[in-house]
Amino acid sequence: MLVYVAMVFFVKRIPVFALPLAFLILALLLSKIPVSYILKSLKPIRLLLIFMFVLNLFFTRGERVLLDLDFWKLTWEAVVQSVFITIRIVLLVTGASMLTLTTSPIALTDGIERLLTPLKVFHFPAHELAMMMTIALRFIPTLIEESDKIMKAQLSRGADLESGNLFARIKSMIPILIPLFVSSFRKADELATAMESRCYHGGEGRTRLHSLRFGREDLFACILTSAFFAATLVLFIVF
Amino acid sequence: MSIVIKNLSYRYSEIGNPAYALQNISLTIEEGSFFGIIGHTGSGKTTLVQHLNGLIPSEAGCITVDGHDLSDKNERKIVRSLVGMVFQYPEYQLFAETVYEDIAFGPKNMKLSDEEIHSRVLHAMELVGLEPDRFREKSPFELSGGEKRRAALAGVLAMRPKYLVLDEPMAGLDPQGRKEILAILERLRSEDGCTILMISHSMEDIARHATQLLVLDHGTIAYLDTPQAVFSHAEELFRLGLSVPQMTVLAMLLRQKGYDVPSVSSDETPLLDWIKRRLSQAIPFCIDAILERKY
Repeated sequence: MLVYVAMVFFVKRIPVFALPLAFLILALLLSKIPVSYILKSLKPIRLLLIFMFVLNLFFTRGERVLLDLDFWKLTWEAVVQSVFITIRIVLLVTGASMLTLTTSPIALTDGIERLLTPLKVFHFPAHELAMMMTIALRFIPTLIEESDKIMKAQLSRGADLESGNLFARIKSMIPILIPLFVSSFRKADELATAMESRCYHGGEGRTRLHSLRFGREDLFACILTSAFFAATLVLFIVF
Repeated sequence: MSIVIKNLSYRYSEIGNPAYALQNISLTIEEGSFFGIIGHTGSGKTTLVQHLNGLIPSEAGCITVDGHDLSDKNERKIVRSLVGMVFQYPEYQLFAETVYEDIAFGPKNMKLSDEEIHSRVLHAMELVGLEPDRFREKSPFELSGGEKRRAALAGVLAMRPKYLVLDEPMAGLDPQGRKEILAILERLRSEDGCTILMISHSMEDIARHATQLLVLDHGTIAYLDTPQAVFSHAEELFRLGLSVPQMTVLAMLLRQKGYDVPSVSSDETPLLDWIKRRLSQAIPFCIDAILERKY
């Protein structure tokens, strides 16, 4: 699954999109995730996509007009460039959402921990890093809820969060940020105590409730991903 | 003047789950009353009170506070200075370097003069029992839990709200702390004529202090009456996951046993007197019985 991320990132340099697209569709079919879910993940970046598209259109054309070349050909290149950029972003985002839709955050951090374990030879804190990621992910909704509560409390004390210039606005965030920091520190402290009282002492000798196993599906996925990756690489070099 | 709520409904999410947090609520909160709100967890108590100063924009229905319509954005600011809101665990909103500055935050936002702010802060500190000389220069983060709670309360009181809304103001306090908060609320009501709206899970406190009691159940009004009238529906309240004051339970049990006990309303002295009288009649008899058996 992690190789998959790497591939999506490598893929964006390649102007031939047929292969990664095929890979994505295959993955989509195998994961049995409804297409509407994937389309939904693209919704928030609609504006960004349009913006990038238009920007590329203008930017590419402007450059060529200065050189005073054939006008029709310029626009054609600009369009090609814009389409490339857009498809690139779409592939990246859908790939990333495929990953999060198929794999739970815990499995993901476990995987990262496993991959980083060889680095322990160089005293790299693989387990600690993975634990930190898990905790950070876990506390995002808590923090949102907390800041919402504090915001409401300060609003009812007449805090003005919307008007004024940039400086005034930053200043008006202080009554929200300070209680948020205080409560985060308190929560972190409580969490540490709770973990220690349940005998947590780092990754040394810790066993897992759900241990990750490298199964047949994973082997299949690895081979498939490698094949696609090799193919795209070959295409990249040839063209 | 009063708070009038008409046909208020609210849903937290419009997609998927169509459950109503509030459904067709209509009620009037009279000025000068002590309005208690009870209901099981998730019955919409907090959602309801957060509507009262426009923190949650009303979706359907309308709310007016002293004639100011809350759907109007400009009126909302006026309403926020009329309705003071004390949240659950209000001590988490403390932020300033000193207690004094934190309490002054509200009045400052109201753009009052410096002298007015000063006198209001000192008065609010006195009201909640934090001696200004001892506490004003302290950091709010070095106070004890109860003191923090009272400092946060003072921060709202310094705005001199006409209506004070409190969401479980006594949660997590010891009996002494609870008593102090209730005493402050009673003093506000009697001296400043402040209208109090309080969400509480303590049936005793509600029975003793509230003049009106609202019972919410799944976002609808189950009862809206005086506490005495509401607590006479003990069976239904138990069914809603609520309870009645302990004294009411005692009276109920005694009545089930066939004793003709006086009814318990906000005042339990008639029942206590009755028990005392019965005991004083019974005790000599008991002692006699014991003595007789011994000899």
